[in-house]
Amino acid sequence: MAVRELTYVKAYTEALHQLMGADDDVFVVGEDVAGYGGVFHMYDGLLAAYGERRMIDTPISETAIVGLGVGAAARGLRPVVDIMFMDFLAVCLDQLVNQAAKMKFMFGGEVRVPMVLTVAAGAGLSAGAQHSQSLEAWLAHTPGLKVAMPSSAHDVKGLMVTAVRDDNPVVMMLNKKLLGAKGAVPEELYEVPFGQAAVLREGTDVTVVALGRMVVEATAAAGTLAAEGISVEVVDPRTVQPLDTATIAESARRTHRVVVVHEAVTFGGLGAEIAAQVTDAAFDHLDAPVLRVGAPFAPVPFSPALENAYLPDRTRIAEACRQITKRS
Amino acid sequence: MTALEHATEVVDPVPGTGAPHLPEQPDSGPEFVQLLTPEGERVEHPDYAIDVTDEELRSLYRDLALVRRWDVEATALQRQGELGIWASLLGQEAAQVGAGRALAPDDMAFPTYREHGVAWTRGVDPLHVMSLFRGNDMGGWDPVATGVNLYTVVIGAQTLHATGYAMGLQRDGADAAALAFLGDGATSQGEVNEALIWAASLSAPVVFFCQNNQYAISVPIERQSRVPLYQRASGFGFPGVRVDGNDVLAVLAVTRAALARAREGSGPTFIEAFTYRMGAHTTSDDPTRYRMASELEEWKLRDPIARLKAHLARAGIADAAFFDAVDAEGDELAVRIRTGTLEMTDPAGTEIFDHVYAEQTPDLERQRAEFVAYHASFEGEK
Repeated sequence: MAVRELTYVKAYTEALHQLMGADDDVFVVGEDVAGYGGVFHMYDGLLAAYGERRMIDTPISETAIVGLGVGAAARGLRPVVDIMFMDFLAVCLDQLVNQAAKMKFMFGGEVRVPMVLTVAAGAGLSAGAQHSQSLEAWLAHTPGLKVAMPSSAHDVKGLMVTAVRDDNPVVMMLNKKLLGAKGAVPEELYEVPFGQAAVLREGTDVTVVALGRMVVEATAAAGTLAAEGISVEVVDPRTVQPLDTATIAESARRTHRVVVVHEAVTFGGLGAEIAAQVTDAAFDHLDAPVLRVGAPFAPVPFSPALENAYLPDRTRIAEACRQITKRS
Repeated sequence: MTALEHATEVVDPVPGTGAPHLPEQPDSGPEFVQLLTPEGERVEHPDYAIDVTDEELRSLYRDLALVRRWDVEATALQRQGELGIWASLLGQEAAQVGAGRALAPDDMAFPTYREHGVAWTRGVDPLHVMSLFRGNDMGGWDPVATGVNLYTVVIGAQTLHATGYAMGLQRDGADAAALAFLGDGATSQGEVNEALIWAASLSAPVVFFCQNNQYAISVPIERQSRVPLYQRASGFGFPGVRVDGNDVLAVLAVTRAALARAREGSGPTFIEAFTYRMGAHTTSDDPTRYRMASELEEWKLRDPIARLKAHLARAGIADAAFFDAVDAEGDELAVRIRTGTLEMTDPAGTEIFDHVYAEQTPDLERQRAEFVAYHASFEGEK
């Protein structure tokens, strides 16, 4: 396959472009997606290519936007619903959590909801407490939903292809701060399977399981720690629902130490679930309790100085790795 | 180049990337309340007379000019990296100053994130607003003391707060009303429609002041509503009025009447202030991607400040010395805003933990202590 460098956001656009070209049932609906090309330029060029029938600008009505997606998906189309900031899920959660997620179950399997809901998640751009959250724990806790958290341009495209072809509602959590990050992306359509973690760096002393943009930070920390003689394995689950517990546990059995990192608040976050799964599957192999690195239990501050102090970063990840390796 | 020209300089988008869009102009019939034409001519309206002194007219002009000067300075400061973001009110000065000046001291305003002109008329210090947009201040002004609620960011949520506040006023038997600000975009929100239903059902003393600035970020009003927005009110069961939002006198007259009606127990009113967002949605946005320069040029002919200035000069209410003095005052204000903004220092990191709950929790105390110890561990490294 021909491979070139693309930004994270362009990889998303390319995936949609190719999916829409291949399947007339795929369409996009949301605020500012068509004429404007999306507030993060995720949809640039798609209106010119596919027209207003399949690129639909809407009024500011999140519930209606997601509800439209649920109805269209139930009738067999493959809507890609964009609600801009992940925080706005709170405005339309009924359509996602009570309708989309439960429709197949409550209709006795008669109806499927192959809808993709794209959201821009994550902090670090001084966007304030209502435009910066990472709410994957809410969603992963809801039976019926799938949740993808790509950390690279390659995975954005591959996960998006899988998401659109999946017969269930899938939330694609794009990370705002990664939108401009470049990576190698194959030209052709390809899938990154759900529930299959990527081991991005092999190591022997500690396993760092990182979500979304924290994968980039964990990889940087691993580089620093290598110079100190600490060998770090970096595991990116890529989807948190389904979660690839097997790969994480297998890594834990080899390194005997696990640090979980996400930018969502630590309390009740995916780190707790992963720690519990590791404990279940590999307790006898662990030399130390699983450590979690996440945000403090406070909303994301708007002040750049406070936000910077609030967010987990490579320094804190490295510190956690040093701490856990000292214990044994 | 004037400050307005400088702040609104745009080029047309690449041909074919966006459809030309010219908002339909309302007729100057009785359905459209106007007391001052774009040329600055005073006209009468059968339902909305206004009695203003020359002194009041001059002070309205001063408010409009100073609020614009503040806005232009804030946009410049954001472009220079000194503010996180700025939501410009450029072009909407008359709607905001007119509505703000209509409030009585005990009334309560519920702004969006763009109502700097309303905050100004209620005596909120511009530097306090700047500190929010700079991310220097975790909180805001005292909403009770100023009669201005804090800015609400998620679209339309404040209309429910205003309606609830009005229910409280009703139960207290207070001689006051709530004024809920919203934009055209917010009228598509479920929450806003629930607020309208509740306000009608309870006959609550609340006025919905909708600045129709023609765009929900990039989506034009035709895409949002098939009827003029003020007509929607009748479906909810209360009056709707469309006012020239660039005419400060008409806005003042219409809002005063609606607030008086609310205070006397006759229920809500929906005001559609027909105006135009001359700047971007916020500094994160690029309006040249979705609208034509010619459209902006057309709206500059209806500029809210130019028309009042023309009226004041033509009627002999203000002379060149007055306008020069206001300009000089604007420059002083701009210096105060710029200097004050640049002098703001970052808040202490521990403020993260200070306002999560009403009381400090043991868990947050622990996290705070860990935070302090963690950051102390780097001391001497830099």
